[in-house]
Formats: sequence, structure tokens, C-alpha cells
Amino acid sequence: MYPAQFDYRRAGSVDEALSLLQENEDAKLMAGGHSLIPMMKLRLAQPPVVIDIGRLNELKGISEAGGSVRVGSLTTHADIAASDVLAAHCPVLAEAAGHIGDAQVRNRGTIGGNIAHADPGSDIPPVLVLLGASVHLQSPSGTRSVAAGDFFQDLLMTDVGEDEILTHVDAPALGAGTGSAYLKFEHPASGYAVVGAAASVTVQGGRCTGAGLVVGGVSATPTAVDVSSLVGTDLSDDAIAAAASGLDAEDPIGDIFASGDYRVHVGKVYGKRALAAARDRA
Amino acid sequence: MTVSIQLEVNGKPVQAAVEPRRLLVHFLREDLGLTGANIGCETSLCGACTVLVDGNAVKSCTMLAAQADGASVTTIEGLAQNGELHPLQEGFWEKHGLQCGYCTPGMILSANYLLAQNPSPDDEEIREGLKGNICRCTGYHNIVEAVKYAAERMS
Repeated sequence: MYPAQFDYRRAGSVDEALSLLQENEDAKLMAGGHSLIPMMKLRLAQPPVVIDIGRLNELKGISEAGGSVRVGSLTTHADIAASDVLAAHCPVLAEAAGHIGDAQVRNRGTIGGNIAHADPGSDIPPVLVLLGASVHLQSPSGTRSVAAGDFFQDLLMTDVGEDEILTHVDAPALGAGTGSAYLKFEHPASGYAVVGAAASVTVQGGRCTGAGLVVGGVSATPTAVDVSSLVGTDLSDDAIAAAASGLDAEDPIGDIFASGDYRVHVGKVYGKRALAAARDRA
Repeated sequence: MTVSIQLEVNGKPVQAAVEPRRLLVHFLREDLGLTGANIGCETSLCGACTVLVDGNAVKSCTMLAAQADGASVTTIEGLAQNGELHPLQEGFWEKHGLQCGYCTPGMILSANYLLAQNPSPDDEEIREGLKGNICRCTGYHNIVEAVKYAAERMS
């Protein structure tokens, strides 16, 4: 399978990439190409120009400062999964990245490309929404950030403007007493999540003081579940099951592999297991 | 348009002008005649096209040749040295890690990457490391044995 013909430009800097975006209508940015190239091979995407930003080292890397972690948009899933910084401060993000595809895919795919593509079966979006992460965008007119919960707008639709580049993601570090987990029911052939559940639980003195659950795969965008009923409890299995059963999707997505109702059901089961795993790690 | 690329393939310098849409696997097979990297699913799933790019296992059906400009690429043809099979090649031979052989080059390069990261993997780690490579003949058991054989030889 060949992609349709296109012109190839390689950007040497973020500024050059922004200029190329302005000069070439309907151009697409390519980082690792692991969302875009498959789309182009299927001719679902036929951009006239591809701007290769894969060599912009300024957009690569993981750091922590002042209780917040920063992940550059060109950081590969392999680097995120293996990051000591994330293992210490944001382990659920590393855990989810380690579940993406396979070793080869993780070596090329990037966090920026992944979330800009916004596949509902992607592992990263629910984790970013759980963490309350912010997505940072740059355009010729400046920079802005958007909350992960607002970034994902619909199936394959995000808040990235036509003249913008996704530069990095910031996420609050998870503190002591907080456990987190990402559990995935994986499509056996594609490796995408049929359902993925990201959970966090904070425990102080044997009591829950905060909890979160976001499920991917049931709707076009990550679905947050109200699990505030857990606060003040001792996080018994029954309390967790009751909280996770609150998963509700107004318009669940379905396909030949898994209907919408099935996805909601599996989402509750995996939500329960993710919360329990987060509790056990807190 | 064409893109000028310079890269190293199996230790030898290569220069070429390629169409932007030229996939790395087609470049290797059709332009360089290195047909070891196989085209299986063409959808980034089966791993038959796996090669090493700067030491990292990648699926060459999901990478443009233009993206490999400046890189060092290793294919199955580059593993044997001075007529001696690489320990992984020897392992697949000794342990009967193949039947039809279509997946084997990709399997061996993924295993090569795995052993570079983790020189003595257990069975589960081998299976996880080869998750991106699909074999429809063997049931994987002997592939795991072949990788273990190579890990012992290489340690």
C-alpha cells in the first residue's frame, strides 16, 4: 500500500515548521508517523504536503520541576514507558505508554502524534484527563495551553488549530499516598484498547481523600466517572465496585468487535479493577 | 518531487533520490534488493518488515525512506558476519524456530533488539518483546526457545 503522492518538507526548528504550516494549505505535521502513515496508506488522509518534525530535538524529553512533569510532544512511547522521572512522579503515564502497540510501535510513535490523532482506542488520552494534564500549543501568534479534558473534542478531533504545533504536555506529579493504575482490555489483533481505564486513589490514615477514574474506548472522547463517593471510605471492594458502576456514556461507540453496551459493561469492570489496583499501590 | 537521502545500510553507505511516499520497506526491497524484510500485513501489525533503525526495532512499512535519511539501518542480511550465522540465526535453525520462514527476519531483528535491551530475558519477557511479530506456523514455542538459545550464546 502506497500513500497518495505528497510533497515532503523537513523542519529544522519549531519556527520553521510553523512557517511551513502557514505556507502550505492542508499540510500535515508528521512526528513518528505511526498514526499518519497508516491513515495515508489507507488514503483516509491525503495531505498535499507532509512536514516532518521528527528531528526537532527541542520537542523531545521528560523533566520534572516544582511538582509538575513535562513531556515533550516528540517523546516516544518507549522513552515514556522507560522514564525514571515518570516512574517516580507520574507512573500511570509510563504504565499506559508501555501498553501501546508493541516494541516497534513504541520506538517510533510519539505522545504528541498520539494525542493529536485522538483515536478513541488510544491509551494516553484517558490518562492525561485523569491527571488533569495540560496540552501546550504554539502558533505564529504565540502559545496557549488547554486542559486535556477540553483538548479531546470528538472522534479524531482535537483543539489543535490549523496553524498550531503541539509542543508538550504538563501533568501534576502524583504525591505520596497516591496510587494509580491503567488497565486495558486490548483488541487481540490491533493492540488498541477496546476499553482502557485510568484510575488514581489518594489514601491518608486508611481513608480515601481523593479518587479519579477516566475510561477510554466507550465514547469518542475519554469518559470521566464521578467516583467522589469513595472519599471518606476505606476503599472496600464493594465501595469501589459501586463507584465504578457509575460509568455512563450517553452515546457509546460500537464496532464489529464490541458494541457500545458491551464497552460500557467492560468499562465498569476495568474501572473497578483499575481503582482496586490504584488502592493497592497507594 | 524526490528527496535525496544518505544512510547506512548493513554498514555500507547508500545514497538515493526517493519519492516522498516511498516506504522504507519498499526502498530496502526494491531499490537495494534486500528482500529479507518481508511485507506482510502492511498495517503495522505483523512485524514481518521489522528492521533496526539506529539500533531500534521498527516496522519498515510504517516509515518513509525519507525519515531514514542519516540513519543506520540493519536488515537480516546484515547480521551474519564473515560467513558465520548470528547466534539468533543459529538459534532459529537449531531450535526449529520457523516453518515457512516468512516471519523469521522480523522475528530475529525484534529478538536482536530485545536482547540488546535485556540480555537474559525469561519466557514471558521474550513473548512480550516479540508481541509485535506474528507467526502463523509455529505456535511460538520454538521461537522462544531459539531466542533463549541465542541469549545463552551471546552472554
